[in-house]
Amino acid sequence: MYQGIRIAGFGGQGVISAGILLAQAGVEDKKNASWLPSYGPEMRGGTANCSVVVSDGEVYTPIVSSPDTVIIMNEPSLPKFEPLLKKGGLMIINSSLINSRPTRTDITVVCVPCNKIAEELGMDRIANLVALGAFIKQTGAVTLQSVEHAMKKVYKRAKPEMLELNKKALQAGYDAVK
Amino acid sequence: MTIIAKKPASLTDLPMHYCPGCGHGIVHRLMGEAFDELNIADRVIGVAPVGCAVFADSYFACDMVQGAHGRGPAIATGIKRSKPQAIVFSYQGDGDLASIGMAEIVHAAVRSENITVIFINNAIYGMTGGQMAPTTLVGQVATTAPKGRDPKLQGWPINMCEMLAQITGAKYLERVAVDSPQNVMKAKKAIKKAFENQVNGVGFSMVEVLSQCPTNWYASVPQALEFVRTKMMPQYPLGVFKDEGGK
Amino acid sequence: MTEKTLRKGNEALAEGAIRAGVRFFAGYPITPQNEVPEYMSAHMAEAGGAFVQAESEVAAINMVYGAASTGTRSMTSSSSPGVSLKQEGITYLASADLPCLIVNVMRGGPGLGSISGSQGDYFQATRGGGNGDYHVIVLAPNSVEELGNFPKLGFELAEKYRMPCMILADGILGQMMESMSFNFDPIDPNQLGKFDWAVDIHKNGRKKNNVFSYKGDNLIADVVERAKRYGLIEKTEARWEEREAEGCDVLLVAYGLSSRACLEAVNKAKEEGLKVGLFRPITLWPFPSKRLAELAGKAKAVLTVEQSLGQLVQDVKLAINGKTPVYLNAYPAGGQPDGNTILTAVRSILSGGKEGLFDLQEHADGFNYECKRDTSLGMQGDLKGGK
Repeated sequence: MYQGIRIAGFGGQGVISAGILLAQAGVEDKKNASWLPSYGPEMRGGTANCSVVVSDGEVYTPIVSSPDTVIIMNEPSLPKFEPLLKKGGLMIINSSLINSRPTRTDITVVCVPCNKIAEELGMDRIANLVALGAFIKQTGAVTLQSVEHAMKKVYKRAKPEMLELNKKALQAGYDAVK
Repeated sequence: MTIIAKKPASLTDLPMHYCPGCGHGIVHRLMGEAFDELNIADRVIGVAPVGCAVFADSYFACDMVQGAHGRGPAIATGIKRSKPQAIVFSYQGDGDLASIGMAEIVHAAVRSENITVIFINNAIYGMTGGQMAPTTLVGQVATTAPKGRDPKLQGWPINMCEMLAQITGAKYLERVAVDSPQNVMKAKKAIKKAFENQVNGVGFSMVEVLSQCPTNWYASVPQALEFVRTKMMPQYPLGVFKDEGGK
Repeated sequence: MTEKTLRKGNEALAEGAIRAGVRFFAGYPITPQNEVPEYMSAHMAEAGGAFVQAESEVAAINMVYGAASTGTRSMTSSSSPGVSLKQEGITYLASADLPCLIVNVMRGGPGLGSISGSQGDYFQATRGGGNGDYHVIVLAPNSVEELGNFPKLGFELAEKYRMPCMILADGILGQMMESMSFNFDPIDPNQLGKFDWAVDIHKNGRKKNNVFSYKGDNLIADVVERAKRYGLIEKTEARWEEREAEGCDVLLVAYGLSSRACLEAVNKAKEEGLKVGLFRPITLWPFPSKRLAELAGKAKAVLTVEQSLGQLVQDVKLAINGKTPVYLNAYPAGGQPDGNTILTAVRSILSGGKEGLFDLQEHADGFNYECKRDTSLGMQGDLKGGK
């Protein structure tokens, strides 16, 4: 298994932290993992994305230039990352915020209303975890349990009730993919 | 036979290379006496500069490090932070301290590094042959100011003690001279105090010594001493600019 | 050996340095190495060492000069423009025969350049960088794990040969997170032997120690003595890694991050039935010339892949000495290699094409060389000012 993933969205949507969580989950699963952030010049707002690799063997370059999966959280990221996606790759689209759809027909597209699901759980900010849950269901790259373990390490200062909510978001995203 | 005068034990027996009439040798001796009297000789680590005192590492009996031009206070910082029990000094001339090493001296004072700086101000670059220094007086001739220092072209001399006195971390600043026996005695007291401060953990201490350079001033030794008194002292008044040793 | 954890490159480096017994660190803010001094400021005191945020890179390296004079394991880190400023201190450290560790997390240049990862300081690192006849040992990690474990190796080499050691990383290695483990237990510097040359407090009346750089009449003898050490290092301390390098048709040569893109290319090539191998220098000085020449002698061609404009390729050509044709696939000033573009260059070599191959003189004659840059990597974008 070698999964190169790009997660992209607005700054503040949690795409950077979702990437760290995914990489940490890979480590929990005794796999090799890497994470590389990419910010715009702005400290807040702007667009952000990160590269994550989870691999049974060694990780080649941490720069994922032709990803196996892209997780698209906002509209501007769709045209930017659609061309990079590998033939036969997976695209997860946050359909709450993105109206457009990819033109490519050689990829698998999964639409998940991440923000809507997150709002129903009571917190818009955890849409990133809904997307991550959907990714896990679709690829099995890591397990839900390993993400839950990873949360404790990545969100060290999170309160227990927040961690509980995070888990719910992850599960909801997982369940949203049929 | 009774010995009534001898070289301080803190200096080596090596003959110094300084020109006749130069102030460096006097200051070295005063430092050596201070180390002996404070009984710190085995704890002292010195930083020698680039300039006329480049061989100072051979004259002091303590361990010495020879640094790059102007970087003495940074090097002394590295030594002191690694060996807090050592008594660390940086010995610097005016080009070294007030020109190329301005950032290092200012920030050593800002951090109030517990080190002692001995600053030899002779208003000229000595080793390189008499070029204009940041402390060269207005009108003073130098090889790079052949018509004398002109403020319109080269600005005015810089007074380091007065400048550093603005910095909270600078705890002891005194300007002395070595032009007369009386002033040599005062210089000795100041130098000793600057090292005593370090022993007591006071923080950044600097003694500026107005020193004669007969060679590059094209003067006889008496003329050079007269130059210190009549030309340098009006620009660089002697005295204590800061003394927070007790606080 | 510790359990594998996910760590940021710069933080693994800083933690690895503290574990290796570093007890003095001086630095100055510059992107993309800021996590190193930040980590040191938080953890050095509890390790019993000293951290100083210096007033400049020049001051920082001179603080290291002072601390290294005392025999303390001392280091500084910076990024390209800052390392240029440190060259004064590095040449003094070399001339005073002091061991220390200097880290360069490279960014694009020249000048202020950009904050993207780059390998543009290869010449500066491997040729000395400052004035005079000298070398520093240069280690080139290609993973977070190596970033964390090389400080120990660096100090062992620096102290054995009494000279500065540099870790040459790049912005992406510094900024990425990766699973890694430390392959050594923390070192208590008090348990390390004392150096008889170090300046220190000395009660027992030992001969005074002078750490000095001005050698006067002794300079020739001094430089020639040092050359003997350099020769010994070249003979015995070269380090490298080989992948599928025996019997390949095209041998890739790359260090640091570029070597990982090459690994991707090696594996993709295998799927296509192409025989492509990789030779990765781990020490850039000493350069592993001998082994490279042996392997290159058996290959049809050698392709150097570097994030600079033909720097590494010069050492490759010197090593191979004309026996095998050497080509260049270059990504200067913040460009990043990936497996596909490297494979394009490999195919060009095998088919006599030009795509992906850079040649300075052909470029002058109008040959258009496309340097790919992943514009979706916004970090490579352009933080104004950059410091």
